[in-house]
Amino acid sequence: MKQYLISMYQPDGPPPPPAVLEPVMRNLAALNAEMQAAGAWVFGNGLHPPTTATVLRVRDGEVVMTDGPYVEGKEHLGGFTIIKAPDLDAALEWGRKYALAIGLLPIEIRPFQRESED
Amino acid sequence: MADIPQIEIESVFRAQYGRAVAVLVRVFGSVDVAEDAVQDAFTVALQHWPAAGLPASPAGWIITTARNRGIDRLRREASRHERHVQATMLFGERDADDVWEDNVVGDDRLRLIFTCCHPSLATGAQVALTLRLIGGFTTAEIARAFVLPVVTMAQRLVRAKGKIRDAGIPYRVPNAAELPHRLRAVLAVVYLIFNEGYAASSGETLCRAPLCAEGIGLGRMLAELMPQEPEIAGLLALMLLSESRRKARTDAAGAIVLLKNQDRRLWDASLVAEGQAIVRRCLWRNQPGPYQIQAAINAVHCDAFTAGATDWRQIVQLYDQLLMFDPSPIVALNRAVAVAEIDGPLVALRLIDSGLGLDSYHVFHAVRADLLKRLCREEEAVSAYEAAMNRTENLVQRAFLQRQIRALARA
Repeated sequence: MKQYLISMYQPDGPPPPPAVLEPVMRNLAALNAEMQAAGAWVFGNGLHPPTTATVLRVRDGEVVMTDGPYVEGKEHLGGFTIIKAPDLDAALEWGRKYALAIGLLPIEIRPFQRESED
Repeated sequence: MADIPQIEIESVFRAQYGRAVAVLVRVFGSVDVAEDAVQDAFTVALQHWPAAGLPASPAGWIITTARNRGIDRLRREASRHERHVQATMLFGERDADDVWEDNVVGDDRLRLIFTCCHPSLATGAQVALTLRLIGGFTTAEIARAFVLPVVTMAQRLVRAKGKIRDAGIPYRVPNAAELPHRLRAVLAVVYLIFNEGYAASSGETLCRAPLCAEGIGLGRMLAELMPQEPEIAGLLALMLLSESRRKARTDAAGAIVLLKNQDRRLWDASLVAEGQAIVRRCLWRNQPGPYQIQAAINAVHCDAFTAGATDWRQIVQLYDQLLMFDPSPIVALNRAVAVAEIDGPLVALRLIDSGLGLDSYHVFHAVRADLLKRLCREEEAVSAYEAAMNRTENLVQRAFLQRQIRALARA
């Protein structure tokens, strides 16, 4: 089966108030359970804010570490889920549910190069 | 000895290209393998047809030959495409004769057009893929049609085919829940192809006939394969009725003749009759949609033997109905043109100056110029015609606008 990355982009800054966040978290938990029951879920997790990131790059043969994030911007990857699906339409159907569960933020689906064994 | 010239073999392949590729994409699950296989079959045809003569069923010959060549090719590349070959071996055991029967081919073409017009592809890529894989246009022809460098168009096609392969865009007619919005995308692509032919956005001629013909061809194919979809019928009727006026739309020198000045005897009566018959069936079916309403508007124009006999009230009513489906500024602009014929140019001008947001659209300024001219506001009309001229790359349209400006200067 093909594997797809569902990534969610969030604006930087403090998280939304609980009244907004809690229903989203509930929706996502329910969707994750649905994906697992369907055998489509491979991995997924939310990320700590981009300020917690560290960037590593090679300079003159030495690895130099600096404060992240690597990409400057007002929005960053906030979390992702990896799913397996027979084709893009099946993956988009999960993506559609994902977008509805989150409500406000855009999500992106990208295919992985290697397929899963099953 | 039959001695068939190469040009005839080319034209047979061109006519059968879409069918052959559609069947072979199903067989091989890959657009690239399918296209290469048809190309191989073409090479074989060049060797055999001149002596052996045209096969009884060229489509069947091309598909069977391409399929065998494709399997050979995959066997040769087996180390790299182990899984592909395993999949193909399953097909290889089947009788070749059943892969190209007409009803099966029809289904294959329908699947492929939904693949080409998948929403994860950009519109430009959808159009290019449809012309290439369904219409059998060469990359150079598509590039010419859209006035882009061949290299750019080639890259666009390679990238789009790569996305179909890598993202796993499926090769199937969408399910009932998905169908309405997926079909809208297909119809939009077909209409875009027709429209780019009907009013070329740039270049030296007003129309590009091959694109109009391809748009109508695609419309006929869809109407045949999905006869239960009223909007497909509506789009086909809209294209037929628009196309019926082609000869009348330009004069002997290739200059634009406006609808009100056209010699209506030049309209193609058989296209009008076919289009109007479809519009009547749509009315009877009573499931209106934007393409059907636009077709009905065209049918009203075709009913009038002279421009003065046009039933503008009915046209305004149809535009009101169209606005409910498609509340876009372009529809509002077209409605205003019809309103001018009933309530006069001042009412229409107020409607189009109500902030439609069409400043970049040349037709908006041309319509505005015409209304200003009718209101004897010549200076404003000239600057509106100039604004229109600065916003079109089509040389015939520019020449028309230039003539309007000169006529105003003389007055």
